[in-house]
Amino acid sequence: MPSIPLDAILFLVLAAIAVGSAINLVVQTHPINSALSLVGVMISLAVLYLLLGGEFIAAVQVIVYAGAIMVLFVFVIMLLNAGAERPRTRLSFSVAAGVPVLLAFLSAAAYFILKKVPPAEGVTFGGFTGGSPRAVGEALFTRYLLPFEVTSILILIAIIGAIVLAMKEID
Amino acid sequence: MPDFSLPAAVPISWYLILSAVLFTLGIAGFLLRRSIITVFMSIELMLNAVNLTFVTFSYKLKAVDGHIFTFFVMVVAAAEAAVGLAIILTVFRNRSTLEIDEVNSLKL
Repeated sequence: MPSIPLDAILFLVLAAIAVGSAINLVVQTHPINSALSLVGVMISLAVLYLLLGGEFIAAVQVIVYAGAIMVLFVFVIMLLNAGAERPRTRLSFSVAAGVPVLLAFLSAAAYFILKKVPPAEGVTFGGFTGGSPRAVGEALFTRYLLPFEVTSILILIAIIGAIVLAMKEID
Repeated sequence: MPDFSLPAAVPISWYLILSAVLFTLGIAGFLLRRSIITVFMSIELMLNAVNLTFVTFSYKLKAVDGHIFTFFVMVVAAAEAAVGLAIILTVFRNRSTLEIDEVNSLKL
């Protein structure tokens, strides 16, 4: 009796959730619906990271992306009371030219991926265990110490920039 | 007749194609939507698609470096979200609109 291909089933289910949520993000007119769809994409990607052996990255994906960044988005949507977009009155140039170009881009990308990536290798859960917090931390504080420290300066600049932009009208 | 049975190990190319599909949907949202906030969320979707590629290749090469780069992309995304949403707030305060077509002062 053949064993159940659980890896492939999990991948297909999560990929379907991710792609469905991403399509929903693009077609919804109200920003809050798009934001919640984006949360769906991020959660399913977090589980996919887990299947790929990225335990630390999966946790950070949920905490930082689905948690912090999306809360920021939802906060701004609520603060600005953003409503639904007005429906398009006519077929714009971006739709008429963009959709075929995007389909061509996707087909080209899929062609090169299928052509260049050897099909023999596969992903199984537990095939790579080097993504633990310990391994990531070791790499971050030895080989990638300088980029890590530069990152903190980037965050500092972002904080100052956000405050300066947001408090313009107070004085 | 082709074989439709599922493989025991998911091919690397499936992950990469999922990433390409998500990236394309991100571009589509970026081009087709007109609410500034939705455009901004489409950028986040593209960043997520790239992160999936990094993690997939990290698995393939059995190295942790892809995870480090994903971490840095997340940091940049967080910084970008903070500054970008502050810019959106300022635009809304000055123009009272979130339609990207109406913010066209730089257009010739």
